[in-house]
Amino acid sequence: MSDMNVAMVERYRNNFLKEVEHNVEEGDWVKMCMQCGVCSGSCPLGPYWDHPPQELFMMIRAGKREEVLTSTSMWMCTSCYNCIVRCPRELPITHIMHGLAHYAKRLGLAPKEQPTFKFSQHFWNNLVKKGRVNELKLGLSLYFMNGLVEGIKTSLNMAGIGLGMLKTKRMSPMEMIGGHSVKDTKGFHAMLKKAEEIEAARVEKYGKGS
Amino acid sequence: MATKEYSFYPGCSSQEGASSSNYLVSVESMCEELDVKLNTIPDWNCCSASIGYCGGGELPRLTLSARNLALSEEHNPGQDVVATCAACWLATRETAERLGEDDDLMAETNQALAEAGLTFKNENKIRHMVEVLIDDFGYEELGKHVKKPLEGIKIAGYVGCQTNRPFGIEGESFENPKYLDKLVETLGAEPVENYEKKVSCCGGALAFSEPEKSQALIKEIIESAYDGGADMIVTPCPVCQMNVEVYQDKINAKYGTKFHIPVTYYSTLMSVAYGRSAKDSALGGQIIRAKQLEDIANK
Amino acid sequence: MADEMKMGTYICTGCGIGDRLDASQMEMIATREGKATYAKTHDFLCSQAGVDMIQADIDAGEVSNAVIAACSRRAKNEAFNFQDIAVSRANLREGVIWVRPDTDEARETTQEMADDYIRMACFEAKHMHAPKPSDEQSLNKHLLVVGGGITGMTAALEAAKAGYPATIVEKTGQLGGMAGRLAKKIPTRSPYANPAETEVADLIAEIEANSNVTVCLNSTVAKTEGAPGRFDVEIATESGSTSTIQVGAVIQASGFKPYDANQLPEFAYGKTPDVVTQAELEDLVKAANGDAVKRPSDGKEISEVVFVQCAGQRSDKEGHLSYCSGFCCNASIKQAMYFKDANAGIDTTVIFTDLRTPGSGGEDFYRSGQQKGVVFTKGVVSEVEPGSDGHTVKFKDLILDEDTAIQADLVVLATGMLPNSGVDPYAAEKAAAAEEEEGEEADKGDVVATVDVESILNLDYRQGSDVPQLVHGFTDSHFICFPYETRRTGIYTAGPVRRPMDIAQAREDATGAAMKAIHAVENAGKGRAAHPRSGDLSYPTFRKEGCTQCKRCTVECPFGAINEDEERYPTFNESRCRRCGTCMGACPVRVISFENYSVDTVGAQIKNVDMPDEFDEKPRILVLACENDAYPALDMAGQNHIEYSAFVRVIPVRCLGSVNTIWVTDALNSGYDGVILMGCQKGDDYQCHFVKGSELAHTRMSKIDDTLQQLNLETERVMTYEVAITDVQRAPKLINEMAETIEKIGMSPFKF
Repeated sequence: MSDMNVAMVERYRNNFLKEVEHNVEEGDWVKMCMQCGVCSGSCPLGPYWDHPPQELFMMIRAGKREEVLTSTSMWMCTSCYNCIVRCPRELPITHIMHGLAHYAKRLGLAPKEQPTFKFSQHFWNNLVKKGRVNELKLGLSLYFMNGLVEGIKTSLNMAGIGLGMLKTKRMSPMEMIGGHSVKDTKGFHAMLKKAEEIEAARVEKYGKGS
Repeated sequence: MATKEYSFYPGCSSQEGASSSNYLVSVESMCEELDVKLNTIPDWNCCSASIGYCGGGELPRLTLSARNLALSEEHNPGQDVVATCAACWLATRETAERLGEDDDLMAETNQALAEAGLTFKNENKIRHMVEVLIDDFGYEELGKHVKKPLEGIKIAGYVGCQTNRPFGIEGESFENPKYLDKLVETLGAEPVENYEKKVSCCGGALAFSEPEKSQALIKEIIESAYDGGADMIVTPCPVCQMNVEVYQDKINAKYGTKFHIPVTYYSTLMSVAYGRSAKDSALGGQIIRAKQLEDIANK
Repeated sequence: MADEMKMGTYICTGCGIGDRLDASQMEMIATREGKATYAKTHDFLCSQAGVDMIQADIDAGEVSNAVIAACSRRAKNEAFNFQDIAVSRANLREGVIWVRPDTDEARETTQEMADDYIRMACFEAKHMHAPKPSDEQSLNKHLLVVGGGITGMTAALEAAKAGYPATIVEKTGQLGGMAGRLAKKIPTRSPYANPAETEVADLIAEIEANSNVTVCLNSTVAKTEGAPGRFDVEIATESGSTSTIQVGAVIQASGFKPYDANQLPEFAYGKTPDVVTQAELEDLVKAANGDAVKRPSDGKEISEVVFVQCAGQRSDKEGHLSYCSGFCCNASIKQAMYFKDANAGIDTTVIFTDLRTPGSGGEDFYRSGQQKGVVFTKGVVSEVEPGSDGHTVKFKDLILDEDTAIQADLVVLATGMLPNSGVDPYAAEKAAAAEEEEGEEADKGDVVATVDVESILNLDYRQGSDVPQLVHGFTDSHFICFPYETRRTGIYTAGPVRRPMDIAQAREDATGAAMKAIHAVENAGKGRAAHPRSGDLSYPTFRKEGCTQCKRCTVECPFGAINEDEERYPTFNESRCRRCGTCMGACPVRVISFENYSVDTVGAQIKNVDMPDEFDEKPRILVLACENDAYPALDMAGQNHIEYSAFVRVIPVRCLGSVNTIWVTDALNSGYDGVILMGCQKGDDYQCHFVKGSELAHTRMSKIDDTLQQLNLETERVMTYEVAITDVQRAPKLINEMAETIEKIGMSPFKF
């Protein structure tokens, strides 16, 4: 269990709703849910969620911290925004899901074997490196995210698709060597570092206040 | 008509050798025909789409888009920012709106941007290319440029998610937007009326991490296009295009279907209809070849 | 009008009538068969020229009874509104040409239809007299308001401001009622974000300052007798003294009383003072006088409050209320705010199954509660377990589908409201009927038994001491059309005695009832009906010589309008009467009639259609259609050119309750092949303008089968239907179905 998680448990005691309001992106909207369930019924991967958004919101209010933050549910979000436009209370549900996922990861509670957890982290690492996504490296890292043997299997399985992309020049082996990049990588990295610092400080500060 | 100029945010997938490089080629041809000048934002970076949230917190992600917008304000002053990728448009516009509403976040963002010597003022509109076509030109004007009508082709307009929600195109509904159908009609082709899966999700980025679940969604999108009698599918989104096109063999293998339907961009259709060559229209970028378009382009 | 009757027939040929029908033939029928003094044709009768022509005849004394053969009686009322003469209408447009095809084959039967309507209108007119007000009436603008709560105060002030003095009779020693017990009220104005002042003090001050409002505290109504325009009300004070006032109309705003929470032992009510009802929490908040409410059991600081919605409500359990009281969800949000606004650190949880926040601001108020951090949990509370330091509220979480529990220092039960409606005059009848059915009906009675059964109005009516109730003890009123009208004319209920409601709704209700009461006294002053036949001057009279004192009329009158004199003859109170004619339909010896509506006006129409020979293959179907719903539905069918059988003859009736079975027997004896009665929806969700008319007609007609069997006729020949005003397609269909039935079973053998 991460130090930060221990600190948060200590800080908020039984008030998980407040913790979410303070530390999760758009988390102050959670209390506004009126439990109609339209989000759950509108989700393309709804059947695969252990707890659809409506339920997650209820669990947050009921203080089920551990269950919420270790859940695979919010990692099922495809960012289709269907829930957002249909929610009669206009909750930014997609963003709250992203926010919960990020917060779970920040505290070290996210399910590490969840494929979208891995992919999302790979994607971020990939873009942070050079400022732009390197699709080839992202794809390969993805295939091998479950280890070497699995990776070779997946690669073979996906070879047909890769070949199609290569033939139509929508994938380039050159990406392996250099690849696209922003020119001002230094400024770019400094900027991101600063943003991360500010955010970390904000999480730190809010907790103490309550 | 005078040249229209926009500040252009191409996005990672449209780079050379990337998955929607063909989109960019056809967009450029289309813009030439419409006398539109796209001024690429110098040294733009990735927006993190809507999948970078695991590693990227709210502020770092907002800062990514704010950097692009700050660069645009500096180098292409006064110009609307135009994106062709749905995710790019969404992430960028979302950033502008959220920072517009939250002064604290705006201050923090600028604090981070200062590290790269930039300032974001939030001065310009962020638009999708489709908005430019519909609002700045209109169907009538777009129709005037048609040299080779796409006669005899029935096309399912797959709008997908992120060009449609949460912002969407002005005047269109979330549940049944009509603009792709109208555009198809403008180009002389026949739209599939009541295309049932028009705004259904293809799985987006989860096509990588949850392939089976996503392919089940994609199957329905293609099936529904066939049910409507479509010869091909058209979409405004790189992720939609790729997901719906490249997994057809996999879906066939799993479900015993015989899908083989080309999936193109609206810009591909427009480029062909505007009389440009197969090369200019990037028809070579179709993994499933669009024979009917090739025939018209080669005429 | 002792003068000799002169009947003028005016035939309009406008709107295509002249093109489709032979007007000269109709003129001839009017004079020869209908015995009209003369017949005139005009090609645009409702035009000024046409109306002037008729008026000139009236002015010249040429006509006392007029037949207007043109459009439906529901059209062009303003044009054909002639004073001091009797007018009947033959419906040639909506009733004939618009429901028949314009073809050569149809021409003959369509003309026959029109000819019959001319005959019928002439004979109706012949038996009609122009109604005149009786001499009973006088204008009394004084109103009595029973109950000094928010509803009563509002009603009295609204009336007083409009120039109608009001006397409030209040049982307790102060004005304010239940609202006076509240610390704050649910907000009634935008932005609907915070609890608002109740305004009770303002209203009391306003009443004290208004010389048009008199207040009698510690008083009750000991006796109410008379009728609209001339009620005598005896007011008794606690000390035993009485005084009598005369009022024109009565507004009953007797309010509600809270459900007895002692019936909820599962929620530990009575076992610990920390479980309170919403009303009791108001007391606690008021008593705290701005300070924090402390835990009643030990005075400790409160940190967790749980609100239990639907406590003893919306439940099938014995002793619980089956209905939703409507105000309690908003009330819990308000009460949770009492705590949150004082100290945001106090946890407040509302456990609900369906959060119902009616009213324009309800949703905003709910949202405001959420903004303030009130937690809303969808669940059902099963038990409150009292503890020494706080209590455990056990509930099933309906979203997470699990049994769980929450701790509470204070548990607030959202219990419902029971109407203070007095004694149900028909309780005995209902109980008997329920026993007969022995079904679900029996349950509904249970609730009534818990209601205060002291009379509120002490009416000196033959039909009981209070206004009738519908279900759950709430007073009966026509839910859709006439919400404030009770079943006692000139007496209006408003507020939670009528249906569950909150303060905002009660004030609106009070305003509506005040307006209706004003309407009633004004009409009573002129001898006219107030509603639904607003402005009607006709009223029932009876032929004493023929009366057998059977009392059907006094029992069946839905409005308790008929008393009995010392000789046990009925006395008709014209201003209590709604003019529906239910008494006329009930009278077995047919001695009751109105000047312009009687057994004869309808009977003569039935008997004077031209009855074709049995072998002509032209059956005749009689439709008696309620003028409020079925007849307009048929008119609208005409407007939409929906065709129906040419063999039908439609007679509008004031209410199906006014249909005397003699009409049906007469029709069958005269050779009609089928009879259809079209009335309104009956039952608890009735739409009958006269509440019981349709139901009574159905009961009476259920006995017609014996008559049919005696006559050796098939029972399918007489059908009774409930027809709504929207049944524009169905009403013609019912007619056509009867035509088909007759084709199947053959013509009536009673054609002479």
